[in-house]
Amino acid sequence: MTTKVYERPASLIDKTTHYCGGCGHGTAHKLVAEAIDHFGIRDRTVGVAPAGCSVLMYEYLDVDTAESAHGRALAVATGLKRANPDLIVFTYQGDGDLASIGLCETIHAANRGEKVVVIFINNAVYGMTGGQMAPTTLIGQRTTTTPAGRSVVNEGGPLNMAEMIAPLNGVTYCERVALFDAKHVRKARKAIFKAFEIQLNGGGFAIVEILSACVTNLKMTPLAAQEWVADAMVKQFPLGVFKDETAQGDGDAV
Amino acid sequence: MATVQQPETSIITGNEAMALGAKLCRVQVIAAYPITPQSQVTENLSGFVESGQLEAEYVTVESEHSALSVCIGASTVGARAFTATSANGLAYMCELIHWAAGARLPLVMGCVNRAMAAPWSVLNDQQDSMSQRDAGWIQIYARNNQEIIDNLIQAYKIAESVHVPVMVCYDGYILSHTVMPVEVPTAEQVDAFLPSYTPHTILDPADPRNINQVTLADPRANEVGETCHGYMELRYQLQEALGNARARAVEVDEEYGRHFGRSWGGMTWGYKNEDADVLLVAAGSIASEATVAVDALREAGCKAGVLAVRVYRPFPERELLEGTRNAKLVVVFDKSLSYGYQGPICADVKAALYGTGGGPAVHGYIAGLGGRDVKTRELVEATQESVRRVEAGETHKETGWINCQF
Repeated sequence: MTTKVYERPASLIDKTTHYCGGCGHGTAHKLVAEAIDHFGIRDRTVGVAPAGCSVLMYEYLDVDTAESAHGRALAVATGLKRANPDLIVFTYQGDGDLASIGLCETIHAANRGEKVVVIFINNAVYGMTGGQMAPTTLIGQRTTTTPAGRSVVNEGGPLNMAEMIAPLNGVTYCERVALFDAKHVRKARKAIFKAFEIQLNGGGFAIVEILSACVTNLKMTPLAAQEWVADAMVKQFPLGVFKDETAQGDGDAV
Repeated sequence: MATVQQPETSIITGNEAMALGAKLCRVQVIAAYPITPQSQVTENLSGFVESGQLEAEYVTVESEHSALSVCIGASTVGARAFTATSANGLAYMCELIHWAAGARLPLVMGCVNRAMAAPWSVLNDQQDSMSQRDAGWIQIYARNNQEIIDNLIQAYKIAESVHVPVMVCYDGYILSHTVMPVEVPTAEQVDAFLPSYTPHTILDPADPRNINQVTLADPRANEVGETCHGYMELRYQLQEALGNARARAVEVDEEYGRHFGRSWGGMTWGYKNEDADVLLVAAGSIASEATVAVDALREAGCKAGVLAVRVYRPFPERELLEGTRNAKLVVVFDKSLSYGYQGPICADVKAALYGTGGGPAVHGYIAGLGGRDVKTRELVEATQESVRRVEAGETHKETGWINCQF
């Protein structure tokens, strides 16, 4: 007799994605779909998609989605959740959307304690538009708008969003995870599950920052890109729980 | 003996033409945020700055709203500033677009025309810049990549003489991502044509002042007791400046012709329009396409021509009035729409011809929204349809939609 040990989440549409080989979006989408399945909330979950590579998120996640203007995902999510508190609302945003053009919305939605889940994909570059510098680009990292490498003098340093958001009053949960190996994917899964659970329990703002590789714009092989995340990115963006106001806190804050 | 550098012809995209133009204009401050299909403009410029080919501050801002704000700040202390954007980026700048015009700053912006969301589209139409037509900027639409670089160089000259910002518009993908032969002027040529910017009023510690103070309805004394214009007088001056920009745009284009051996028609340009009974009116690359449609129409026995809008704001009222005097029919192709009314160029053409008595019939068509391909055949068929209607006595016609699949 065979036992089924793994199956595609029901909330993940069975189709090939447009993402590049080695990109983290596919894995992150799957983890979100698993959380939606686990809590049985597919019929009342709404995702807010960003401007960025994951603008086509609705092609892969079998939940309702609302597109928003670039950077406005958390303001749109605020409207969705406040007007219909029974919805489970999450945003899925990249570093351009959340940390650059939408930084204001991010900080204020967090500070107000909007009861939404934020899946924040940090890949240290503007992926969709062709590899320009993001607020999360590392010092010295070459991009199409910093051809000699990012310099602190001209462009400032990388923005550490999890550290910036965690101290705000309305934030219930803030963790940074990564996807560069199976162990870390499992940790990311746990964090995403927890963020959705907080919303189901009526908690406040829950954000999971996910370090992810943009192989195309890093101009690396998928494997080398994962190593770059594990090595270079994690040095700048340490993993861990930055805030957990739930009783079941792990307490492994950095 | 020193050799004089000659302009070289390169096969480049519209975005590369725009970036090279900005470099040749020796812009001093560049602030931009990436957006498809504009991104290569700023990537190329950051490369020029990094490699030392262009001495400028390049600011990687966090949004278009900040991009234009940085340019406003830079221009206010006398720098030649540049930005470029598309669609939602332009819309996000909207507050500052009005600000730059009201503050009478000679900024120049590249607008790579793209459809407005929602729904999301990264493809071409002209709704973005057309929606900003009332903000007080000069708008110039390019028909090909050569005109992009030439329009940009002309734009600074116009902006810095009439103190009105200029939007240099060109169609996303059709021009921005398509390569064409472009004669790139030499730095010496451009320097001879476009002197360095001498601002008329700037913030300078040597001459202290406040700029753009709160202005009430009526003229009143400022903080040092001088009577200043009220809001309405300042706005009248802006309108007057846009009016003066008509003659200035023509002069600058003619002067450009003398320096570089080519000019672009000033406010409008024509193709086989002198003896035409039927005139096709449009702006940008679709007007280029209309020239091919005109050849086909002429072959089919219809005396057609193109009268294209090059400068859309200020509007080429006189040129259109005179240019359509002998025509029986004007067919306008708009790549945007003033929702609830009709195509903006069409409405403006009708307004320009109003009251002249016995003028041509004006029919409008909406084409190419959100990247919908516009075929030459479709321009021909729409024109022929309008000709048939006018021959049947139907001078008024509802706005037509080309290849809208309902």
